[in-house]
Amino acid sequence: MKDTPLSNCERDFLIKAIEEKKRLDGRQTYDYRKIKITFGTDYGCCFVDLGQTRVVAQVSCELVAPKESRPSEGIMFFNIELSPMASPAFEQGRQSELSVKLNRQLERCLRNSKCIDTESLCVVSGEKVWQVRVDVHTLNNDGNLMDAASIAAIAALSHFRRPDVGIQGEEVTVFSPEERDPIPLSIYHMPISISFAFFQQGTFLLVDPCEREERVMDGLLMIAMNKHREICSIQSSGGIMLLKEQVMRCSKIASVKVSEITELINKALFNDRTARKAGRKCGFAESLPQERITALKTDQSEVEMTDVSERASDIIQKAEAPPPMAASPVLPAPGVGQVGHGLQNTWGLEEDEEQEEESSGEEEEIKMEEEQREKDKTTEAVVEISDSEEEEVVILYPETTKKPKNAGSSSDQKGAAASKKRQKK
Amino acid sequence: MFSSLKEKVGQVLVPGDEFGFEAEDSISLTESAKPERVVCGPGLRRSGDRLVVSKSGVLRHKPPHCFWIESQQRRYIPAKGETVIGIVTAKSGDVFKVDVGSSEQASLSYLAFEGATKRNRPNVQVGDLVFAQFIIANKDMEPELVCIDGSGRANGMGVFGAGGLLFKVSLGLVRRLLAPHSDIRADLDRLFPCELVVGLNGRVWVRSSSTQQTLIVANLLQSCDTMTAAQRQQLFRKVQQGAL
Repeated sequence: MKDTPLSNCERDFLIKAIEEKKRLDGRQTYDYRKIKITFGTDYGCCFVDLGQTRVVAQVSCELVAPKESRPSEGIMFFNIELSPMASPAFEQGRQSELSVKLNRQLERCLRNSKCIDTESLCVVSGEKVWQVRVDVHTLNNDGNLMDAASIAAIAALSHFRRPDVGIQGEEVTVFSPEERDPIPLSIYHMPISISFAFFQQGTFLLVDPCEREERVMDGLLMIAMNKHREICSIQSSGGIMLLKEQVMRCSKIASVKVSEITELINKALFNDRTARKAGRKCGFAESLPQERITALKTDQSEVEMTDVSERASDIIQKAEAPPPMAASPVLPAPGVGQVGHGLQNTWGLEEDEEQEEESSGEEEEIKMEEEQREKDKTTEAVVEISDSEEEEVVILYPETTKKPKNAGSSSDQKGAAASKKRQKK
Repeated sequence: MFSSLKEKVGQVLVPGDEFGFEAEDSISLTESAKPERVVCGPGLRRSGDRLVVSKSGVLRHKPPHCFWIESQQRRYIPAKGETVIGIVTAKSGDVFKVDVGSSEQASLSYLAFEGATKRNRPNVQVGDLVFAQFIIANKDMEPELVCIDGSGRANGMGVFGAGGLLFKVSLGLVRRLLAPHSDIRADLDRLFPCELVVGLNGRVWVRSSSTQQTLIVANLLQSCDTMTAAQRQQLFRKVQQGAL
């Protein structure tokens, strides 16, 4: 299946944001996303979360015949599997360009740097050696798979323990973990890959690009380094010209990041070891965050409805009559009248006025009751009836008598409209 | 079946849960048997005389007899009449191919824009965003989009202008955003003004006065998927104090 294409709007926004030194998730230029390292219940199983990117590494071993050229060395085997679970763009069982690139980089990072003592993996020289196999599976792809894979692979290798073997003459016995404690691999150093993304022909540099940044970037530089500041491999892709100073700067940033990440791995290994020793719960299931879909659930609550109407009528009877609203006409200047309530223009509310007019006459009491009921709900004591205020009419000529309430006194037009309505009814 | 469904409303169900008819051992002669009617929404499926749950989520009920599963899925399945944000991936002949995040690309005729004629083609480039509505969405057919309503008006649909940011959230969050009197939207209103386009396929487009504000809105929306209302309001308040 095809991957979701990147829209022009995202591309433009990303480049604009990068020029303003901002990133999608609010990170700074040299910040890594949150790294979480967890180990499975078995030895040699490691999950790494790098923001939304998620990989799992599993180390396994078996006894095989050594290579002809190196009879006394164990064999290391690395494999990165890009499963379709990680991204719809990844296809099962086909070596894509990306997977070849990642495999190659992981091999150079871990095997060619000789970080693992392969000679200690020899059982019988020329006949039996351990083959250690590291499988890295991608579970979710949100960019920077290489860094996550390298962290997962080295952490899994440090976590891994191989079964102990005993040699008696020609016979090789492999002891189960119950018989003899498994032996950890001897690891000299921890190479970790750090990725740098370049934008606008190398003008802007970002550490740990996320998936959308990876799509917009012009070039990528991956530096594998250990905490002793020894560069294990360096690879540039994307066909971008880099200056010497840029590479130097990247290597300096990488050394800082590598020491941070190495510390994190050591801490995770230590935590796992103490948890195992103490017999506490460890493993994958314990590390999962609990994100519940029922967070928004609200329970049904019961509302007392039995004697609402009685109570409402009771309150109405008890309540004293609302104070009559005195009309207070404002005369801005002699000879000028004002229609309506204060400064509010009520001309646009023709329909409402008509309705209110209809109801205000004979149904006023019912309305009061309704309002009372509403007030009852909100437990408010103040009673104010202002529905008829909008129809207050100020008569300019003092000859005509001023009527106290609206209904009849409204202007001819409105009266006509209202009567029409009544006729319709 | 109705009562057993009603009992489970608000509970979490997983695929494979079943509802069956309760066999009544006595038939009353006086009352005429009323046929039970249940309308199944997404996540519930009829299988013979049983009702099988096919998605994991919370069972919802709308009186009188609508039931569905409210799930937090992310993969969109086209449905007729829904408005979505699509990305134009190709121009081929007289249709555009549009990616809407479903298993198959949708087609969008260039005549399905407001005021478009054979002469007057709409200006749509590959990679542009369109807000469109499904007019055909069948199981085994290519879905088809239009950018006009029944009377030929754009009605808010069409090609997006420049700027803004597109991001993805879960389908559940999108529905909550679009619900009338949505509380997330109300919280967002209080923060700062922004333009928001929400497609039912989980894509949200946001544009605000500055890049910073756009990013804040996008990150807030992406993070408040599994938060409770209290948590969300606390987060929004924190942002408001920090950002303003």
